Amino acid sequence: MTRKMTGAKMIVQALIDQGVDTVFGYPGGAVLPIYDEVFQQNSIKHILVRHEQGAVHAAEGYARSTGKPGVVLVTSGPGATNAVTGLTDALLDSIPLVVLTGQVPTFMIGSDAFQEADTVGITRPCTKHNWLVKETDKLGGVLHEAFHVATSGRPGPVLIDIPKDVQFATGTYEPKKPSVSHYQPPLKGDMESITELVAAMETAKRPVFYTGGGVVNSGPAASQLLRELVEATGFPITSTLMGLGCYPASGEKWLGMLGMHGLYEANMAMHDCDLMINIGARFDDRITGVVDMFSPKSTKAHIDIDPSSINKIIRVDIPIVGDVGHVLEDMLKVWKSRGRKTNSEAVAKWWKQIDEWRSIDCLKFEQNGKVIKPQHALARLEALTKKYDRYITTEVGQHQMWAAQYLGFEDPNRWMTSGGLGTMGYGFPASIGVQMAHPDALVINVAGEASWLMNMQEMGTAMQYNLPVKQFILNNERLGMVRQWQELLHGERYSQSWSESLPDFVKLAEAFGAKGILCSDPDDLDDAIMEMLTYDGPVIFDCLVEKHENCFPMIPSGKAHNDMMLAGVDTQGVIDAKGSVLV
Amino acid sequence: MSALKIKKGSTSHSAYNLRPNFSDVIERHTLAVLVENEPGVLARVIGLFSGRGYNIDSLTVAEVDHTGHRSRITIVTSGTPQVIEQIKAQLGRIVPVHEVHDLTVEGPSVERELAMFKVSGTGDKRVEALRLADIFRANVVDSTLESFVFEITGAPDKIDAFADLMRPLGLTDVARTGVAALPRGD
Ligand SMILES: Cc1ncc(C[n+]2csc(CCOP(=O)(O)OP(=O)(O)O)c2C)c(N)n1
Ligand SMILES: [Mg+2]
Repeated sequence: MTRKMTGAKMIVQALIDQGVDTVFGYPGGAVLPIYDEVFQQNSIKHILVRHEQGAVHAAEGYARSTGKPGVVLVTSGPGATNAVTGLTDALLDSIPLVVLTGQVPTFMIGSDAFQEADTVGITRPCTKHNWLVKETDKLGGVLHEAFHVATSGRPGPVLIDIPKDVQFATGTYEPKKPSVSHYQPPLKGDMESITELVAAMETAKRPVFYTGGGVVNSGPAASQLLRELVEATGFPITSTLMGLGCYPASGEKWLGMLGMHGLYEANMAMHDCDLMINIGARFDDRITGVVDMFSPKSTKAHIDIDPSSINKIIRVDIPIVGDVGHVLEDMLKVWKSRGRKTNSEAVAKWWKQIDEWRSIDCLKFEQNGKVIKPQHALARLEALTKKYDRYITTEVGQHQMWAAQYLGFEDPNRWMTSGGLGTMGYGFPASIGVQMAHPDALVINVAGEASWLMNMQEMGTAMQYNLPVKQFILNNERLGMVRQWQELLHGERYSQSWSESLPDFVKLAEAFGAKGILCSDPDDLDDAIMEMLTYDGPVIFDCLVEKHENCFPMIPSGKAHNDMMLAGVDTQGVIDAKGSVLV
Repeated sequence: MSALKIKKGSTSHSAYNLRPNFSDVIERHTLAVLVENEPGVLARVIGLFSGRGYNIDSLTVAEVDHTGHRSRITIVTSGTPQVIEQIKAQLGRIVPVHEVHDLTVEGPSVERELAMFKVSGTGDKRVEALRLADIFRANVVDSTLESFVFEITGAPDKIDAFADLMRPLGLTDVARTGVAALPRGD
């Protein structure tokens, strides 16, 4: 059934037909007709953010915690340009978003009209795909296609730029129907390659699963299959920052996160393994370190839905293009049908080696004295929130890495962090998006004081919608991660890495009508955290921590996985000139 | 080196050859990219090359199927085998891209380019230019008492060779279309 309606109404109708319940947005001249339609309906809740970047990160938080696409509505010009950081963030972390931008009327495009920007031009490299819709009749079809593209294959952000006259004009609405798009990325992996991988698993002496965000993106079934495969084979498993929670942190086979600030045992296992099974990860440079020295003795298999991820950075021996869930299902089937074989004797020996690495206890720290160690703050947060229905977002910096190290995730979609782009200012709005999707859950943003200030205006949003998000700020009064690199690479010359003139966070919270808690004494920490948890409303928790703590383990730039810096080492002269050009 | 002695370079059945033998040798490949003829599609392709630092040696584009809304982009690019594989995979990721063909590896193909050369001069040089144009089967599409415009079609190296010969004879302007290419036979 097709119907006549205005473009603005079509937009709202298409969102409803796509099952959208929440839109994060900010109005302006070029989207007023759409806002008029938003006003006249009750199916979709619109969340008024305080900055368009906040809208996109909130939508990311919503998407990462639900698996559904996040939806954003912003105006032309500055509204669209403010969305660019969020779009890039979502592109690098493969987060499905549908972003709608207003545009000046078609007859004014190209005239440098008020609030005109070449939005499709600006966002072409930071979206999976984008459209400028110049005819109202095409709007419905494009909207449905946009949802299809954002969510199929490797997910990502898409943008639809809609001139104001197209919103006003009446056209025919094309309802949602099974996709006719030529864009249909295959889900099933090649059976021959899957069999080859299974055969390699049967004989491997030192196997390791290296998993990533692709497992989360594939959906909860993929995580279940992964768990089954790990338990059945008894192989150790590590994950990237993006994949935390796909395998439970309490699981026996869990090695912890790998990479630049990954655990000693995880990185050593990656370096020394003879079979690496990459499931939905992308050999990012935070993971590989120097590629020439990356896991030199292993046969490498790579399961990825995006063919361009394969052989991009690391040459692999067994490439499998397909959806993680589908491939895992086939892997299990083939492995079972061939008699559930592993080289259990060798694998047991491998575990002995791993246990030796584990015994180094690379995350150990000592909380002594009157200053809170950031690691201690997180260990206490973990202990006191473990029992909650908990979602964690983070900002970017040392606190983010410590959160990844000291918090444990039992399920996917519970951990939302900016991995690929490393966007300071991500965590707070993301926590708002998560809380919108999970109103009764405990949502905590583990933040650094500097990152948090980047989108602190969203306190207004949290207050307006009664979103009891907890802002757990590890306040070291430093751009801690920058400071750490300056200590390691730049002769301890701490150029501009001080957080000067910080606000009084308690007063700041109170100014917004929220609760502020200051904690500086380790003895008060548990009570203060409990106060935060039991308060029904947004809280800013200003946790004053050790200012010059470094985040370890660390694979310094230009080094291999087996060349990690552990806590307590001398930090001077570790990175050579070649390493220091790397980021 | 593979500890499990898995055969390297075996062929995969997927659409992309994912198991190339990587080397550092720079290769030149001609790619045919069939795209939806929609606004911005060329910008997407060019943006991919500039954004990821790939080379474009030649690029041509035109609609080839009006009712089907298809355009054909022919790109000549160069890079190591790994980079060429990446380029193809990245092109394949662009939503309005329907097909990516590597004509250099998919079997024999023919490549043609059209060029126009303006050669100015009088006397012996003018006569020599005309004589060489005849040998190269170039057509005269414009002439004055002091100049010719030649039109020549052929493989790019033939056009290069013609340009080299015309240079000392008074070559003043060149316009080249870039390469169009098709696989031979069926
Ligand atoms: C938008 C943005 N600008 C700059 C950076 C570079 N950067 C990475 S971490 C960091 C410091 C973060 O400080 P803070 O939020 O206090 O966290 P800490 O490292 O102290 O825990 C900076 C400036 C970034 N990641 N994002
Ligand atoms: Mg800080």
